[in-house]
Amino acid sequence: MALQSNIPEGPLAEKWEKHKNNIRLVNPANKRLIDIIVVGTGLAGASAAASFAEMGYNVKAFCFQDSPRRAHSIAAQGGINAAKNYQNDGDSVYRLFYDTIKGGDYRSREANVYRLAEVSANIIDQCVAQGVPFARDYGGLLDNRSFGGVLVSRTFYAKGQTGQQLLLGAYSALSRQISKGKVQMYNRHEMLDVVIVDGKCRGIIARNLVTGEVERHGAHAVVLGSGGYGNVFFLSTNAMGSNVSAAWKAHRKGAYFANPCYTQIHPTCIPVSGDYQSKLTLMSESLRNDGRIWVPKKKEDVEAIRNGSKRPVDLSEDERDYYLERRYPSFGNLVPRDVASRAAKERCDEGFGVNKTGEAVFLDFSSAIMRYGKTEANIQGVKNPSEDQVRQLGEDVVRAKYGNLFQMYEKITDDNPYKTPMKIYPAVHYTMGGLWVDYNLMTSVPGLYAAGEANFSDHGANRLGASALMQGLADGYFVIPYTIGEYLADDIRTGAISTDTPEFAQAEKEVKDKINAFINNNGDTPVDDFHRKLGRIMWDNCGMARNEQGLKNAISEIQKLREEFYQKVRVPGSAEELNPELEKALRVADFLELGELMCRDALERNESCGGHFREEYQTEEGEARRDDENYTYVAAWEFTGTPSEAQLHKEDLVFENVELKQRSYK
Amino acid sequence: MNLTLKIWRQSGPNDKGRMETYQVSDISPDMSFLEMIDVLNDQLVREGKDPVAFDHDCREGICGMCSMYINGEAHGPGRGVTTCQLHMRSFKDGETIYIEPWRAAAFPVIKDLVTDRSAFDRIIQAGGYVSVNTSGNTQDANALPIPKENADKAFDAATCIGCGACVATCKNSSAMLFTSAKVSQLALLPQGEAERERRVLRMVNQMDLEGFGNCTNTGACEVECPKGISLENIARMNREFLKASISSES
Amino acid sequence: MSRSAILKSSLVKKYWMALTGLFLCLFLVGHLVGNLQLFIPGMEGQLQFNEYAKFMTSNPAVKILSYVTYFSILFHAFDGIKLTFENRKARPVKYAYNKPGENSGWASRNMALLGTVLLAFIATHMTNFWAKMHFTEMPMQTVDAEGAMLMEPLKDLHTVVMAFFNPSVNNMALVAMLFYVISMIAIAFHLWHGFQSAWQTLGVNHKKYTPLIKLIGKGFSVLVPLLFAVIPIYLYITQA
Repeated sequence: MALQSNIPEGPLAEKWEKHKNNIRLVNPANKRLIDIIVVGTGLAGASAAASFAEMGYNVKAFCFQDSPRRAHSIAAQGGINAAKNYQNDGDSVYRLFYDTIKGGDYRSREANVYRLAEVSANIIDQCVAQGVPFARDYGGLLDNRSFGGVLVSRTFYAKGQTGQQLLLGAYSALSRQISKGKVQMYNRHEMLDVVIVDGKCRGIIARNLVTGEVERHGAHAVVLGSGGYGNVFFLSTNAMGSNVSAAWKAHRKGAYFANPCYTQIHPTCIPVSGDYQSKLTLMSESLRNDGRIWVPKKKEDVEAIRNGSKRPVDLSEDERDYYLERRYPSFGNLVPRDVASRAAKERCDEGFGVNKTGEAVFLDFSSAIMRYGKTEANIQGVKNPSEDQVRQLGEDVVRAKYGNLFQMYEKITDDNPYKTPMKIYPAVHYTMGGLWVDYNLMTSVPGLYAAGEANFSDHGANRLGASALMQGLADGYFVIPYTIGEYLADDIRTGAISTDTPEFAQAEKEVKDKINAFINNNGDTPVDDFHRKLGRIMWDNCGMARNEQGLKNAISEIQKLREEFYQKVRVPGSAEELNPELEKALRVADFLELGELMCRDALERNESCGGHFREEYQTEEGEARRDDENYTYVAAWEFTGTPSEAQLHKEDLVFENVELKQRSYK
Repeated sequence: MNLTLKIWRQSGPNDKGRMETYQVSDISPDMSFLEMIDVLNDQLVREGKDPVAFDHDCREGICGMCSMYINGEAHGPGRGVTTCQLHMRSFKDGETIYIEPWRAAAFPVIKDLVTDRSAFDRIIQAGGYVSVNTSGNTQDANALPIPKENADKAFDAATCIGCGACVATCKNSSAMLFTSAKVSQLALLPQGEAERERRVLRMVNQMDLEGFGNCTNTGACEVECPKGISLENIARMNREFLKASISSES
Repeated sequence: MSRSAILKSSLVKKYWMALTGLFLCLFLVGHLVGNLQLFIPGMEGQLQFNEYAKFMTSNPAVKILSYVTYFSILFHAFDGIKLTFENRKARPVKYAYNKPGENSGWASRNMALLGTVLLAFIATHMTNFWAKMHFTEMPMQTVDAEGAMLMEPLKDLHTVVMAFFNPSVNNMALVAMLFYVISMIAIAFHLWHGFQSAWQTLGVNHKKYTPLIKLIGKGFSVLVPLLFAVIPIYLYITQA
């Protein structure tokens, strides 16, 4: 099947408007006859479900958590981008579009990204109307901050809890529709398969996690807003429950999986402290507004810090290597995430890592504290303040900006980041790859849609900070509610989808067989063991840096691990109860297949771009070297039985409005 | 560290349940509390026993899923932390730790330490929203300036993670802090003005229907709330409800 | 909906608790002013106290206030009991291990217990004096401090009170004195939480004023019961 991206004709700036005007409409009376299933209640899922219901469709929404409010969008910290130009710093839709394309290392679709930038301003308006309490200045107007990879201030925020506030906004819109009966909410339900009838997606199989019952749900269309797959690495900033299963089941049923190797390693996370670790905690990118990243210049100072004979504050300015400021003078500490992560890895690989494991660098706020302190002393009219006074005042300013992040850091590490620099290291954070979708966000399976992190569409090979929230809400509030009409217009006479069909029966049987196989398996090893091993393989070979040999090894190791998993895994308890081990086993089974596909994709892409860094393809200065000649395409994989036999389809990326350039932040 | 754990085990909603004792050893003080439970569960699975079911997801203190009553306190001894942010360095080697689920008629136990908190969702569904449809035509976000003080207070109230520690810790299992946080957030913002009376009346009514107890102003909720939601919000809701009850015509 | 809400809602029950509670605080002040007259020595004191007692039982305005007081006491107690039972029902399974002292004050958690003690006290106290004054034959005061005949004899509540705490007249005087003192401690704790809690319930919580309300509440809850308690101690000691 050839990939039809269905990008509308016409000039870039007019595509979306024109497309909206040409989309077929479903009249309100007919919308009542149409059911839509939404899987996942994060920013994309909740906003889509609420918007569908507002329009008049009947919605069934599913989440595996105990409440839709707990989806992992809630953990996003820093902010959301929008081209509002409230700061009068020359921002515009075009500039946001351009920054996103460039930030994504020219591996995303122009038309999608432009649409994203276009609707970004509406998102802020919508959220404010819902009562989302964004940060404001004393004049009562919205405040902005700056994020990596851009030279303007366009990020709206609510302290370090922007994702929470936006998700609660979407959750409240969803709650309103639930109370009206337009959305039927299924908490503690996990989607375990999609059902295809006559080539169209007509429903899902879901397991009630409390009773264990396997249920059939029919609908005219299914929207997956099930998030990303970062947990394939076991250790990531994702929630424990975040998983690829919904997307992977869709992939197995015919939806192409695009660019799986594009994973984002976030530069500022709290380093791993031991083998028992279950997850990694992010320290928001917004901290790089004020924090300076460094390691010691001399190896002996590194040693001294590691063994505790010197403290970081003992090192004078010229004994420190502010390596981002040194290498990238124009963007400094605010280079994009992929660049900052690789730079940290480079220093640590050279032996400059500042903690016991050698995998940490400093994020230092002392300059910012003193700078803010001086300003504050002036504001308060303190004459000739002492250094301690200045520091105190400065700490108060920093506390007001990042208090909750600093507190989070202190709780985890037992270090006080006001007094000593934070230690940070890159960790898996976001996945740019995902289900392949066309301009309407429909996957290669008719009637099956993907929104938010679950799709691949907007971030290319690297996502800019504060753009994930923007994309999730853009898809859910402003894109999919319109584009889905084009497909559903044909379904107004279909009538309710019966689940009493051989296709549903078959899908249900497959799910039940798989569950029973796990429950009855005669193994002795807990699920997490396999997940950890998979994570290690992925991190070592398909993490921040990849090479041909490593990827080949990883593929065969994953295949072996997968076999071992089915033989040795132990799932205690029964299928007819709340059984977290069973839930995990079902998810890890899918990660074990996805992991292999990611490595294959990484192996196939003989260039370095964004989050995908192949050691073979770098400049002499160690920067990523793209190959636009041969790899300006989206790699969309078709499942044909096993991940190793997945078939590659290429969607060429055509750039008509921006010129492909070597990305430089110097 | 070596620890003795006394954990509530209950196989399902109809089981009576009981405290059971477990031993764990070689616990690192840098582990989070839930990682310690992971160690226990790993041990139980290897022994062929049923692991302890507990709610958890983000493990960074924001999703509100984790919910353990540890040593007689919601989310354990720390202040301003959820269970997942509690670290084992807060305990002593050899200590006995009691772990129980949230206790409230409105939060029935599903299994072990897992409870059903959907009552909170229903309270929000009763009115914890602004009735605005999605459209590209809402007014510009800066059209209505909001005094910073109000925006900040609304934000502070909105940081509630809906974990239910307030209910668990209140001797009356009252949900006033949770309900008032949402009522306050929207009462402080101009966007919430139109539905102000209807909202507070409906949300309080739903809160009562769910079987939560009455607030007796002990202030325990504020102390144990991992997000430090202030009692001011409860007073504000009391005020809002009083005004709405008097002025509403229905 | 609000018609039923005004009767049924959890918040409305709390408003009633707060309003009746605050009214009873006012009542306490009035009562205390009367009682302090027991410190006035001699016949002068006796006359003033008895005149005051008469005024309190006969003045129509005071009568209305006293009915409000009876209602407040009964309603406050009834409402409190109802709330307590509802609150118990809200947690059918108790914690095996609980440390409520980590997050709340003792008084705030034991308002029902303290209230029960107070109810018992009020019943006893009213039997001791109020019922006698209203329903039984009382000794009469017929002359004033100068020995002049009164126009109208007064019920001599003063003598009854004095005798009640006089160990040489009443062999239970010590028990009575201790009971009164303990009850005043109970009321102190009850007020310690109740006074500021009532304001919170009525929605008064303000960064500037709440600390002041709390301070006044604490002062009130110590001073008023203390002065009440000093009287039986004084009467007991001075007559022993």
